[in-house]
Amino acid sequence: MTEQLLHGAVSAGDEVPPLEYEVSATTVVLGALASRDWRPMHHDYDFAVNRNGTKDIFLNTPNQAAWFERFVTDWTGPKARLARMTFRMSDSVYPKDTMRFTGTVTGTDVDATGCGFVDIDVQLHADDRLCTTCAVRIAVPLDEADNPWARRGEQWAP
Amino acid sequence: MQLMEVPEAVTALIGQEQYEEEGGFPVEHGYIWTTCASVENGNPLFWDDDVAAEITDGPIAPPTMLSVWFRPHHWSPGRTEPAVPLQAHFDLKELLDLPEAIISENTITFHDPVRIGDRIRSRQVLKSISDPKTTKLGTGRFWVLEVEYLNQDDQLVGVESYTAFGYRRPEDVA
Repeated sequence: MTEQLLHGAVSAGDEVPPLEYEVSATTVVLGALASRDWRPMHHDYDFAVNRNGTKDIFLNTPNQAAWFERFVTDWTGPKARLARMTFRMSDSVYPKDTMRFTGTVTGTDVDATGCGFVDIDVQLHADDRLCTTCAVRIAVPLDEADNPWARRGEQWAP
Repeated sequence: MQLMEVPEAVTALIGQEQYEEEGGFPVEHGYIWTTCASVENGNPLFWDDDVAAEITDGPIAPPTMLSVWFRPHHWSPGRTEPAVPLQAHFDLKELLDLPEAIISENTITFHDPVRIGDRIRSRQVLKSISDPKTTKLGTGRFWVLEVEYLNQDDQLVGVESYTAFGYRRPEDVA
């Protein structure tokens, strides 16, 4: 994790350092149970293959969200505050896949309350398959003294 | 393929708060650490109480854990069937006679932080139902459902918006 990214250091077109991870059955099952998702396609190979018609158990969406959060905040540092995420799923992530997270900054702005935001398009590939895209909007401190987490009420407009 | 008209009783649900319920347990540190472990998230906000005190005025949960706090236990005393999260979605499948459904888009908006000990409650609101559409999956309708999450002080902690497509497969109507 970086120390702390500041808003002025980010520009449209910047790349988030990529992250690769080898997925195992444990990754999928641990992620499902951590997110309290008891549905069998995330832990039962026979159900996933013979009922759902997928090739194996697969990573659930709430745990993918946790992966996206980790990927982005590894780059921004802990004072950055997630505002919004929009997911589109097009394929599944299975054991033995290599996940690769990449992200590109699409814009930066400072809103009417003086909060600095960064917009990032994140992609999750499993091997050569694009599985999920995630548009992330995250508040990043304007300077060393700024802390987006201190914002309350109308001062926080995600 | 002809779809049934949207019944008035379903149209009347648009904008109504449904299924307000409290999570089965207070927000607790164990699940936070398990979730961080599952994605190897070393953010000190979730591991170091001094950092959390400095930045967030005490420990908080990772924002993306929002839905974790209201997912029902797989079993609880007196219940014989597993509870289903997002019940309003499953209701619509039945009410509109659309046996298949996928979630095509999911947006999460994060408001006040979720803190250890919070009791999170959720409520589901149907926002819209589309006219009939045909996609490669089949013919059906899109609908948008929002789940609002509030803490014990009625502060909004987040909103999840789901765009779903409920449909009939072409082979099921041939």
